[in-house]
Amino acid sequence: MSQITPQAFIQAMSALGAGLAMIAMAGVGIGIGFNAGKTVESTARQPEAQGTLLKLMLVGVALTETAGIFALIISIILLFANPYA
Amino acid sequence: MELGPRIIFTIGNINITETVVYAVFISVLIVIFAFLATRKMERVPKGFQAVAELLVGTVYKMVGDTMGKENLKFAPYMGTLLVFLGFGSCLGLFGLRPITADLNCTVPLALISFVMIHYNAVKAQSGLGYIKHLASPYAFMFPMNILSDSVFPITLACRIFGNILAGVIIMSLLYGALGSASAALGSPVPFFVIALPLPLNFFFDMFEPVLQAYIFVMLTMVFTSNVMHVDED
Repeated sequence: MSQITPQAFIQAMSALGAGLAMIAMAGVGIGIGFNAGKTVESTARQPEAQGTLLKLMLVGVALTETAGIFALIISIILLFANPYA
Repeated sequence: MELGPRIIFTIGNINITETVVYAVFISVLIVIFAFLATRKMERVPKGFQAVAELLVGTVYKMVGDTMGKENLKFAPYMGTLLVFLGFGSCLGLFGLRPITADLNCTVPLALISFVMIHYNAVKAQSGLGYIKHLASPYAFMFPMNILSDSVFPITLACRIFGNILAGVIIMSLLYGALGSASAALGSPVPFFVIALPLPLNFFFDMFEPVLQAYIFVMLTMVFTSNVMHVDED
């Protein structure tokens, strides 16, 4: 095997880490899907509360998505503002 | 790919970037709009005054519903946050880089909200009660409460920063891809960008900024009213 320079090694591991960090989005997808499903079920049960339920759903989606955004920020930092390379 | 804002000029050691210039520009525009809307106020509003009355009415109703009728003194700050963050993140519609895609814009606003929340907590709970509230319901929750309170401005800033930056990256990738596709067909003008990015533009430059600004303001209001009303239950 040819020599791998330390800098190339750090770059390769950073790219790998940036990809692995986005596995966090699996949980975000499940959470938001559950939220949307409950909203649809509640709207079917009481259609006149649809405006309130939509607003509450959007607040829930934005709050759940925060966890995934942290993973995205780590990925972006590893790719574009890497402190080790 | 160059992700940060361009540096327009430097004063000594300080870089004046796109974010600073656009933020000043937006503030001047908002002040001019407010001036034009209240110049000759009439009983039945039309034009700028109607838009301004709609905005102020919405903000006051929102603050009254979330924080109670006696806390309407917070409404100007919430309205300013909403308009500044909402308008500042929609700049992608005009071809400019949104100002909230820069941590230098969102962290100070989150810190201002954080200081406001804890100042009102100490004022409403009188120092000793504030420390007792941090140690409730059990005394060993003290470090966990401190941790969750001090992480709050970080999440508040990073939420809107991450969302808007993701939008900027995706839009620049899309425009790059459409430009390459047009160049592959041999035309000097990227004609694929005429109408194809519109759905993504709607989502990232109209829906997402308003939603994120609304979430920022809503979280600030909910946490402020939580720490001010804790002595009533």
